[in-house]
Amino acid sequence: MLRYTARRLAAAFFVAFGVTVATFLLLHLAPGDPARVVLGERASPQALAALRHQWGLDSSLGSQFTRYLDGLAHGNLGTSFINKTSTSSLIRDRIGVSAALVALATVFAVIITVPLASFAAVRKDRAADHIVRALSVAGIGFPAFWFGIVLIEVFALRVHAFPVGGWGSSTETHLRSLVLPALTAAFAIVPILVRSLRVGMIEVFNADFVATLRSKGLGERRVLAHVMRNALIPTLTLLGINVAYLIGSTVVIERVFDLNGLGSLLLTAISQRDFPVVQSVTLVLAIGVVIVNFLTDVIAAELDPRIRLE
Amino acid sequence: MSAVAVDTVLSVRDVTVSVLRGDVRHTAVDAVSFDVPAGRALGLVGESGSGKSLTLRALMSLLPPAARLEAGSVHLAGDELPRGVKQVRRALRGRMAMIFQDPLSALDPVQAVGNQIAEVPRRVHGRSRRQSWERAVELLRLVGIPDAPRRAHAYPHELSGGMRQRVVIAIALATEPSVLLCDEPTTALDVTVQAQVLELLDDLRSRLQLAIVFVSHDLAVIRQLCEDVCVMYTGRLVETGRTIEVLERPLHPYTLGLLDAIIDLDDPVGAPQPIPGALPELERLPGGCTFHPRCFLATEECTTTVPELSPARGAAPDRASACIHRDRLISP
Amino acid sequence: MTSVDITAAIDAAPVPTPTFWRRARASRSLMIGVAIVGLIVLAAILAPVISPYPPDQQDLYHILGGISSKHLLGTDDLGRDELSRLIYGARTDILVGVLAIVFPFCFGTMMGTIAGYYGGRIDSVIMRVVDVVIAFPFYVLVIALVFVVGPGIRGIFVAFAVADWVVYARAIRSATLVVRESNYVAAAQAGGLSDARILRRHVLPNTIAQAIVYAMSDIVLVIVAVVTLGYLGLGVQPPTADWGSMISAGQDYLTTNWMLSTLPGIAVVITGLGLSLIGDGLADVLRPE
Repeated sequence: MLRYTARRLAAAFFVAFGVTVATFLLLHLAPGDPARVVLGERASPQALAALRHQWGLDSSLGSQFTRYLDGLAHGNLGTSFINKTSTSSLIRDRIGVSAALVALATVFAVIITVPLASFAAVRKDRAADHIVRALSVAGIGFPAFWFGIVLIEVFALRVHAFPVGGWGSSTETHLRSLVLPALTAAFAIVPILVRSLRVGMIEVFNADFVATLRSKGLGERRVLAHVMRNALIPTLTLLGINVAYLIGSTVVIERVFDLNGLGSLLLTAISQRDFPVVQSVTLVLAIGVVIVNFLTDVIAAELDPRIRLE
Repeated sequence: MSAVAVDTVLSVRDVTVSVLRGDVRHTAVDAVSFDVPAGRALGLVGESGSGKSLTLRALMSLLPPAARLEAGSVHLAGDELPRGVKQVRRALRGRMAMIFQDPLSALDPVQAVGNQIAEVPRRVHGRSRRQSWERAVELLRLVGIPDAPRRAHAYPHELSGGMRQRVVIAIALATEPSVLLCDEPTTALDVTVQAQVLELLDDLRSRLQLAIVFVSHDLAVIRQLCEDVCVMYTGRLVETGRTIEVLERPLHPYTLGLLDAIIDLDDPVGAPQPIPGALPELERLPGGCTFHPRCFLATEECTTTVPELSPARGAAPDRASACIHRDRLISP
Repeated sequence: MTSVDITAAIDAAPVPTPTFWRRARASRSLMIGVAIVGLIVLAAILAPVISPYPPDQQDLYHILGGISSKHLLGTDDLGRDELSRLIYGARTDILVGVLAIVFPFCFGTMMGTIAGYYGGRIDSVIMRVVDVVIAFPFYVLVIALVFVVGPGIRGIFVAFAVADWVVYARAIRSATLVVRESNYVAAAQAGGLSDARILRRHVLPNTIAQAIVYAMSDIVLVIVAVVTLGYLGLGVQPPTADWGSMISAGQDYLTTNWMLSTLPGIAVVITGLGLSLIGDGLADVLRPE
């Protein structure tokens, strides 16, 4: 187990480095001139050159990258072109919101998926199963942001149970303002998780070892627990991939619900061509995905010893 | 079928199973009956698709979703097993156990084997965790696994095929059954390992006075383990009796065909003769005696009447055949 | 291998057989899906003919009107007919969605086949690249790429070209690994066929089915993504009708004209449903018995 974890860790570091390089390259290939965006259309060439020099944009790509890596190593993510504040402080202010959103969404997703999939799997081919399957198929085509708008329409505007948007000022309002966004995010991934878990459970139900379990004389509930444990593992991997997708979709959801997270920061920075911010936020989000994938791999290996052999 | 003998542990009467293919139900097992006394092994032999596995699964209420028990009764030591699936399972606990063909898929891949065995004393018999684990190690020793305390921590994929099958047997024994149903447990194993597992089963049979029903398509395996045998074809019993007698003086052309189809080590020069034709599909069973298209004794009558399994004249009461021309098979 | 008829193995290339069409017709999901998508595509193609108004015709005297005899589904904030915009939106979004997966499909299949068939260093390199791309959260990557290239349809194509090929590569690679070990490939190799020929006639026909099934669900994701980008203002640019930007524009009027935001979303859901049904149906039909 230790060797497997070490191997996954090494792979994660490698990917993290690849992501850093890719982010850097991606942005420095962008057309458009950030200096012009800040100083305006009528700025003089000297002013533009001076600003570019100040930002280090006129040195070679290689030296820019080395400087960037150096900064990263010291925890310095650069200074925002627009705000003149340090990028890391901008990120620090907002990472809590995004992290809370992703965490709550994952919790909702699991709470909804597991019972729904078990329900459908146990009642295979009966009415309930068909309904769940139909909903899963339909749900894949739901644009998450639209679903969020519908939720706002029903639960915030009509029923006033939750705020229309924003973050609120106390912990209680924080949580309340997260409910609808987290639900929206969860619904984006629930259909695909339900499909996978349902199929997994059905396959396991038909496996011989379930016959062994039953012939041991165990109650149906214990049999279900064992089946769940086996069926969960491939869906767990899928969950990891989907949480990664969730991290990305915070960009959209924060816009719908007017939340001050990393996602909306990214969108704003992009429209303002704020290099350091776009670069660092992208990096942070991608590293988040690497971490989630690493954790998923390790948890799955803990549950299923066969994985450790890969 | 004769009256139930006093020491009969398992009594099966007229078990009939249907299978859903497309939209139509077909009879896959047709009124199968047999008795097994304590400490005896009964072989159930037939080709793949003859319905022998389904019969066993019907006894344990482990039928696949498309299959359904249509009729029949099962008695364990005199008590009739109720029909509803849940009640059957509860009634079966600790009385009848089953082992399967592929030990790797019969074991939970994510649990250590010791835990899988220990779960029975723990959950079903209410023992403590430590007692259950000790019982598990004890059972592993009983089935001949060396270094049992250490091996109990292993996962199924870390064990060899033969050892896995022994673990499956240990799990079955954990319920302290009086009947052991075996669904081709040696088919997936190497010949040498096969012999060891058969020896183990034979040993357990006599030591624990288990009644064993052993399903196989391999006559050699049946001959090694089972004193009695039932031959099945397309879901019906065609011949029953003591194994030695059935194999040396078969009273049904199908049994004769099976014997001719295998290489006889005593007569290696004689070539094996496969039975002409092929096993008919469930949807297209021939009328009358289902074997008649492939039978060298078939007459007009065989195409119209379904022969009953009836006792042979002058032989032991359990010696029976379902061929109306059986007398032609008795050599003068 | 001596008993294998090598010539037969070399010439055997699986093609859609009559059984395929029979099973296809029998699959209820497939038929319903094709019906739904067919209807929508038909509407999109016939857009100029069946829309009551041109999609960008503004009528500033009748903004935010509800259902009326002149405007069956009402008008938006610039007086444009909602129904016409919905129909033209189908045109834009579906067309862009389908075109956007062409490159990922081809490139991803090619990369996956090469990685799976040749293995070794080539496989490692390709899979490392795949890992890095997958590490980027999908929307972050797409938005960053749109940032690089600029918004609009061109940005969408480039963004999906870079972000979407990886899943095809992974799926095809797994399928290729399985096929590589099969007998008929070994027979073809023993027969001295060139790699290209083996790949084309033996490997690809057997692995492509998976890619096609996946492509169906991918189109759904891509259409949703195109619509999402439209919502964020990064996708199809106004005044071209696009369901995403319609939803965005309508969000300000939720209390009064909830239909403006809701109807385009329903359109997306129905389209997605149809495509998913096709994908499911195809998966059932193509699965080996």
